[in-house]
Amino acid sequence: AAMSRKGKKLLVDSLTRSTKHFTKSEVECLVKLFDTLVAKASSQFAGAGFDRTVFRDTLYNAFGMTDDVVLDRVFSVFDSDNTGRITVEEWVEGLAVLLRGTLEEKMKYCFTIYDLNGDGYISKEEMFQMLKNSLLIQPADEEPDEGVKDLVEIALKKMASTYLFIPFLLQDYDHDGKLSFTDFETAVREENLLLEAFGPCLPDIK
Amino acid sequence: KASSSLEDVGESSSETDEDEQPIRHQEGSTDLSPEYWGIQKLAKYVKGGDPTATVIALCSMRDFNLSEETCQLAIKDTGCLEVLINLLDTEEIKCQTGSLKILKDISQNILIRHAIADLGGLEIMVKILDSPDTDIKCLAAETIANVARFKRARKTVRQHGGIKRLVELLESISVGSSHQAKDTETARCAALALWSCSKSTKNKRAIRKAGGIPLLARWLKCSHTNILIPIVGTLQECASEPSYRLAIRTEGMIENLVKNLSSEHEELQMHCANAIFKCAEDEEIRDLVRKHEGLQPLSVLLDKSENKQLLAAVTGAIWKCAISRENVLRFQEYKTVETLVALLTDQPEEVLINVIGALGECCQEEENRGTVRRCGGIAPLVKLLTETNQALLVNVNKAVGSCAMEPENMSIIDSLDGVRLLWSLLKNPNPDVQASAAWALCPCVENAKNSGEMVRSFVGGLELIVNLLKSNDKEVLTSVCAAIANIAKDQENLAVMTDHGVVPLLSKLANTNNNKLKRHLAEAIAHCCMWGSNRVAFGESKAVAPLARYLKAKDPLVHRATALALYQLSEDPNNCVTMHENGVVKLLLAMVGSTDDTLQEAAAGCIANIRRLALATEKAKYG
Repeated sequence: AAMSRKGKKLLVDSLTRSTKHFTKSEVECLVKLFDTLVAKASSQFAGAGFDRTVFRDTLYNAFGMTDDVVLDRVFSVFDSDNTGRITVEEWVEGLAVLLRGTLEEKMKYCFTIYDLNGDGYISKEEMFQMLKNSLLIQPADEEPDEGVKDLVEIALKKMASTYLFIPFLLQDYDHDGKLSFTDFETAVREENLLLEAFGPCLPDIK
Repeated sequence: KASSSLEDVGESSSETDEDEQPIRHQEGSTDLSPEYWGIQKLAKYVKGGDPTATVIALCSMRDFNLSEETCQLAIKDTGCLEVLINLLDTEEIKCQTGSLKILKDISQNILIRHAIADLGGLEIMVKILDSPDTDIKCLAAETIANVARFKRARKTVRQHGGIKRLVELLESISVGSSHQAKDTETARCAALALWSCSKSTKNKRAIRKAGGIPLLARWLKCSHTNILIPIVGTLQECASEPSYRLAIRTEGMIENLVKNLSSEHEELQMHCANAIFKCAEDEEIRDLVRKHEGLQPLSVLLDKSENKQLLAAVTGAIWKCAISRENVLRFQEYKTVETLVALLTDQPEEVLINVIGALGECCQEEENRGTVRRCGGIAPLVKLLTETNQALLVNVNKAVGSCAMEPENMSIIDSLDGVRLLWSLLKNPNPDVQASAAWALCPCVENAKNSGEMVRSFVGGLELIVNLLKSNDKEVLTSVCAAIANIAKDQENLAVMTDHGVVPLLSKLANTNNNKLKRHLAEAIAHCCMWGSNRVAFGESKAVAPLARYLKAKDPLVHRATALALYQLSEDPNNCVTMHENGVVKLLLAMVGSTDDTLQEAAAGCIANIRRLALATEKAKYG
């Protein structure tokens, strides 16, 4: 349903305040873009609104993001009220983090993306899911999954404070094999490159 | 040339130039280290993974101690180094960044540096300097700084436009904004890279052509020590080029250099002092150092005697600044000479050379010659005449010679056998050592008690010095003439020198264009005339005509010496004829009105002799 001029102005104002990263005119542009995209979508799919398909198309066109698993997750993150549709508020707020987020905001965002089942931890299985297509060349004599499992171990060792890998010491170690947000945050603060450790989910600088 | 340790400072002396392919030291067992296996495993994922997997592997690789040689070599041996460099060539910024972080650390290893250059890594890093991403430019610059520690690498950087890009990178940051951590880091890395590269002469020029000099001047004003150090490092490296020295003068850099002498960081102080050391060859710079109150901080820094590199730089700067008399007078106020004398013992060679150079200059002032004696400096100086380092010897000779201008000092020098030691340095193969020894002998011979006897006591000494007239080195010839002029004041010694053929040897030198040689040669001839038939002999060996031409030179000191020589020579009638034929009278007439008494008298005396002969000839002809 179309919004009145006044309604739109109130929306823009409130969004500018809440997201903090955009100027008013930028918010206006984003809202306009949203309307355009929804209009285009509804001409193709009756009453679809801004759904998963439209979203994935948009992100692909705008940012070149192609990974299905990731795109799915991004949609879920944007869709904070879990309606299966993105509202204009969710749109602007989501983009605020994607385009202009502080390191803290981006860390939270990425972690949520990678936490596939939303339980507050990135588990080995989840890492495996995300990395399983990352090895392009596998030595012939190895089982295809061995490499990925190994890579998961490497990532875990690098980032999990609670995962102690001390092969030669007979020590009880907390072999819980998962990353908490604190683990993730600490690792990323020390090495920014690990922000998108399990797959690109932020737009490229280019 | 052994004239100064300046050349050493100019040639990256702090690091040995590693131009030859470095040799690997194969130690102990051929078993591969655990690091090797760990790194090889990670290399597999870097080679075979997509960017996501690559980044994970690269980050994990940095958990190894990359400053340890075993790890560094493991990266090379597993073929991982090639992979890292290939990554640089992709457009994946995260992979490039991850790779550079590793390369930056391992390029501290000399074998790795050479390998990186061999694999074409430098070209790619230079290209990365064009990237819009600041972090990656910064990493590339710092890695280039590490790799460019050998000549071939520096050349590669220049040939691929690296110098220009580094200058542009530094230019793009404004000095004021350097409270921003990222800007500070970028500036630091760019400056480090420029410093590394500046060790090659062609690069010094390239930096200048790219507009680097005003840039260096600008950054000299910043307050971050870790940016200042490479900036001053670059400046002092380049200060061997006259164009840089000119700019240092005109762009007001001396003021900043002096200011930073008082920094808390000894490394910065050292580079500032070295820059001044190199620049102070120029008189205007010596004046500027004084005007900006730089002499006192230099003197104060002499107390930091534990840091030998700093001490060498400071003493070097003091040495060159002391070439100007006004600076010496200021140094006297700060009791610098006393401090310098204390540094004559227990110091490494590079410090000693400069300390003695400084003392040599300071002792051009009479007061300081006394100071050196009172502080017990003469004995250590004389002792150093037995050293073998040629640059050191040149300075010691000069210092001893300066001191010998005081009779009181001379007796100490003599009692310590100093003159004999100087004399034997005439046998040194290095012409600079020979010349400086000969110069030093002049005041010795002049001021020693029983000088004539002393000289005679040196077995073969007179023959030795006369034979040096056969040298090809102008400075040797000039100094030896000066010494002979002094020695010849003693009749017996003059007789001996005549026996050794001093007359024809001196005459052979007469056809010279060098004013300094002309002067001392004429003096030598003047004094050598006073024995036996030497006057006639000079005439016969055709010395007179060339001497006559010396009067046309513009140098008043040449005129005076020549007039003296001609006067002596004119006692022989044949010489008068030669002089007359060469138009001497007219030239000497002009000098009769000179304010220089000696010249006046000599000129007049010579003309009188010539006229007397002319008159006698007339009388004989016409009865």
